[in-house]
Amino acid sequence: MKIINIIIALMIPGVLAAQPSGDEILDRIDENMSSETRHVISKMVIHGTRATRTIESETWSVGNEKAYTEYLAPAREKGTKMLKLEDQLWIYSPGTDRTIRISGHMLRQSVMGSDLSYEDMMDDPELRDKYDAVVTGSEEINGAGCWVVEMHANAPDVAYQLRKVWVDKVRYLPLKEELYAKSGTLLKKTELFDIRKVGNRWYPRKIVFKDMLKKGGGTEFIVEEIEFNVEVPEHLLSKAALR
Amino acid sequence: MLRFFIKGLIRDRQRSLLPIIVVTLGVMLTVLGHTWITGILGDVIDFNARFSTGHVKVMTSEYFENIDQMPNDLALLESEAFIAELQEKYPDMTWVERISFGGLIDAPDEEGETRAQGPAAGMALDLLSPESQEAERLNLQNILIKGTLPTSPDEVILSDEFASRLEVEPDDQVTLITTTMYGAMSITNFTVCGTIKFGVGALDRGGIIADISGIRYALDMEDATGEILGYFPGGEYPDEKAITLTENFNNKYADEEDRFSPVMVPLRDQNSLTGMIDIIGYMSGIIISIFMIAMAIVLWNAGLLGGLRRYGEMGLRLAIGEHKGHIYRSLLSESVVIGIVGSVIGTLIGLLFASLMSKGIDFSDMMEGSTMMMPGVYRTQITLESYYIGFFPGVLATVFGTALAGIGIYKRQTANLFKELQA
Repeated sequence: MKIINIIIALMIPGVLAAQPSGDEILDRIDENMSSETRHVISKMVIHGTRATRTIESETWSVGNEKAYTEYLAPAREKGTKMLKLEDQLWIYSPGTDRTIRISGHMLRQSVMGSDLSYEDMMDDPELRDKYDAVVTGSEEINGAGCWVVEMHANAPDVAYQLRKVWVDKVRYLPLKEELYAKSGTLLKKTELFDIRKVGNRWYPRKIVFKDMLKKGGGTEFIVEEIEFNVEVPEHLLSKAALR
Repeated sequence: MLRFFIKGLIRDRQRSLLPIIVVTLGVMLTVLGHTWITGILGDVIDFNARFSTGHVKVMTSEYFENIDQMPNDLALLESEAFIAELQEKYPDMTWVERISFGGLIDAPDEEGETRAQGPAAGMALDLLSPESQEAERLNLQNILIKGTLPTSPDEVILSDEFASRLEVEPDDQVTLITTTMYGAMSITNFTVCGTIKFGVGALDRGGIIADISGIRYALDMEDATGEILGYFPGGEYPDEKAITLTENFNNKYADEEDRFSPVMVPLRDQNSLTGMIDIIGYMSGIIISIFMIAMAIVLWNAGLLGGLRRYGEMGLRLAIGEHKGHIYRSLLSESVVIGIVGSVIGTLIGLLFASLMSKGIDFSDMMEGSTMMMPGVYRTQITLESYYIGFFPGVLATVFGTALAGIGIYKRQTANLFKELQA
């Protein structure tokens, strides 16, 4: 018995050493999910309470600060454009030929009726600046071993006070994430599926978002095509590109 | 005998004047109070029926549960076929579609950039069909301040206060930013065709009225509607009929398992109007009771005073052999005449004042901060009940007061009468 205890005592420091810190995990996630520039053609399948709608779009982005999205289908949304320049967001509606800046409470509105809000789109993915990350355990998600990381907000201007992330121990992708309000209410849930190797990084082909306060069946974000570190046409990242 | 009483009352004015004045005042106040309260409550109910509740309203069960949020994602689908079915099943009633919506009205500058913006609460109704009576129902033509009513789906009317705040005039373009039925952001241009004054604080702050076809396009609600309002013929809200119709409809259509099944709700169960409708039902009884008690007490006292003044007369009549019961009955007969005269005069004066106040008194300035759907102008309403509500209580209170006061007659001792008269 003493021998077993000694073996366990010798093993524990080794186990602790293998467990990365919360910040290290976040850095590894960024290596997978972030890039200097990106071009994505995607499909959003929105499972509403009454109907399922599919919205197609093309997005060009530079880092996390600048992004230009043009909606391609359906006909009602075709030609609608969205531009994010740092902390500002504009939407252009071809039917009205108006460019509206999304601010204030409008940021809480749903993007095209999906489970994502404009606020989610504006959310700075550089989580390390606003959250203190702690690894709280280890669990299995869809057969993959995951670190359970809890991120507590250290800044007052964040949409979610607590984020709980299940990070794949091998591929360092957040396979599941739960976003909580200050009251402890679960607000949103995200799950990643169909993870494939894109260049030298792992990237999900499908992300399922679920706004827990909405009654629909969630929103599937399906990546049709993705290119990293491509040249983004300069003219797309200005308000002039919207009209 | 009756002529004798009437002559006595006319010749001895002290015997009749005060009771008649008291009865007249009481009956007049009763009639006026009744017409005023009937008018106010009736106006509130009528206003709610026209603007918001209908006499009955059909919507999905979950829409009804969340009605304050204007949840158009829970709207009734295939509304055209459904309304045709309602018209076939209930041909006497008028059925209309309405969509309530919220959003932002954005007024652009010359460059198309936002110049002014404000939150709006809107109502979409059929303003373009030739057979539609919605404009008349909402009295839109009469509350129009500037411009015209919409003549195309891309025109809207703004409340005059809202238009002034946004600095927009008829023919200016505004953009409605709202949410579609599917939850997506919707941006739609409209031309302001006119401005109106609702006379309701909550609506005047940010009200918009538009044709339902234009709003259907903006909210992506093709062949869908938030609410279907039903109106009984005649315009008055018949509470019992509405309850019966609601029970029949819900037995047939409502399904607890299906949150999108249609449910019908009568006016009384909307906008917290239940209490108000019940008050109208009890009001006549309440007013009559208060009047009867107050008047009987006053007239009892008047009778006692009259009894003291006529102490000698009563004593003499008893002394010459008139029965106590006969004297008592003669006093009651006098009181019937007084009651009838006072009630007739009181009813006439009450109706005169009520008709003078029937054009209404404008309280809208006092209700600027109100968020309730209440009309700003209140008026008296003369109904058939107004003609008799004060009459019978007026007569009964007089008789009752006299009956109480006259009990003293029976306490007089015949043996002492001459002593009393000598004194």
